Amino acid sequence: MAQVMLRAPLSELCGGRAHAVPGATVGEVLVALEQAHPPIAGWVLDERGRIREHVNVFVNGIHGEERTPVAGDDRVHVLPAITGG
Amino acid sequence: MTELLVGTKKGLFRLEGDGGGFEVTARAFAGQSVEYAMRDPRTGRYLASVTSWFYGPKIWVADDPAGEWEQAAGLELPEGGEDALARIWVIVPGEAEGLVYAGGDPGPLFESRDGGLNWELNRGLWDHPTRPDWNPGAGGLCLHTIAPWPGDPSRLLVAISAVGVWLSDDGGETWRHSNTGINPEYLPEDAPENPIQHCVHDVRRSAGRPERLWMQFHGGVYRSDDAGEHWLDVGDGLPSDFGFPVVVDPADPDAAYVIPHVGAEDRTTPGGVVRVWETRDAGANWKARGDGLPDHDAYLTVLREAFDSDGEGDRLGLYFGATSGEVFGSADAGATWAQVADHLPPIYSVRTV
Repeated sequence: MAQVMLRAPLSELCGGRAHAVPGATVGEVLVALEQAHPPIAGWVLDERGRIREHVNVFVNGIHGEERTPVAGDDRVHVLPAITGG
Repeated sequence: MTELLVGTKKGLFRLEGDGGGFEVTARAFAGQSVEYAMRDPRTGRYLASVTSWFYGPKIWVADDPAGEWEQAAGLELPEGGEDALARIWVIVPGEAEGLVYAGGDPGPLFESRDGGLNWELNRGLWDHPTRPDWNPGAGGLCLHTIAPWPGDPSRLLVAISAVGVWLSDDGGETWRHSNTGINPEYLPEDAPENPIQHCVHDVRRSAGRPERLWMQFHGGVYRSDDAGEHWLDVGDGLPSDFGFPVVVDPADPDAAYVIPHVGAEDRTTPGGVVRVWETRDAGANWKARGDGLPDHDAYLTVLREAFDSDGEGDRLGLYFGATSGEVFGSADAGATWAQVADHLPPIYSVRTV
């Protein structure tokens, strides 16, 4: 399973920074993460199943998107984007 | 003691004070946009709509704004659709036990039956066959006004920019638009009549005469005497027909207050002078009330939810905030004013508690 790495406030809502999550794509991994941790439902993925505009997901350090493949030992980082106002 | 909840671009501020001045007694959601916050007078519970730049819009609930906030559930649009919830702009108590409404962008109405902890989308309005023809205003496709009928949960008015007024007589099961009499001057004269292209900015219902409604339109101030079935332009005498909020004196259905701004191309107080305009004869005449308000070099923008009242009659309290961070207040129905706060982040909403 992929290792999903979170930072606050997501890590606080999920009870920790690292989580082993199944899934063959970034989208599947994030859906599985939401199912395992309902408090973050809607925080990373919107109703359309898209990663929110100002959230970045990296797979092994490379920027990914919903359809990016994820293999067994991949590290998936979910980070707030360097944006804001 | 007056308590104000001020929603800003950088969090929620609670101001408390009286004639001797106000101070910030709580701040929550630092760094996040708080579009709206209110206290449900039936439960004492505080509800705030908060939009994280990163993680989207949520409603949070607390017994004390300085304490712990609990995230509400169910504020989402249908999964797999083409829309995502962008903002929650307003939260309003309903007329049944535990009933609370929330409205947002892109035009959803949400309902809670447990005081605001769990929500459901109102499908009657969301699935209305005219929805594909709804267009947003400058602030988005926002459902910003929710006006229940006192004592009757079956009757409800909502307003959406830039769509218009919607009425329900069956508790929100079915809806019909009601913009008769409103003149959208931003459309060409030869444009085909379109009953759902009306940029309503705000609507308030008179507490003592529920069929009396006041509207600040994109261009014009209107009044309805028949529960929103028809609208009458009553803006003659104002320095501008553009503005965002309108406030009504609960003791007098003929008394309303608006804050005119230079029209859509500018959206600031005219000539750098800040004035609240009052009518006490149902819109026949308007009078500027500004003793204590800035009278030069003050180009303020007061947004739709950033003007509210408490009390009534001669003791009507009026409070408004600007995107430049000032809050002004009057404890005598606008006769005299004082600056309540300064240097806050851009203000989205002001609500009395």
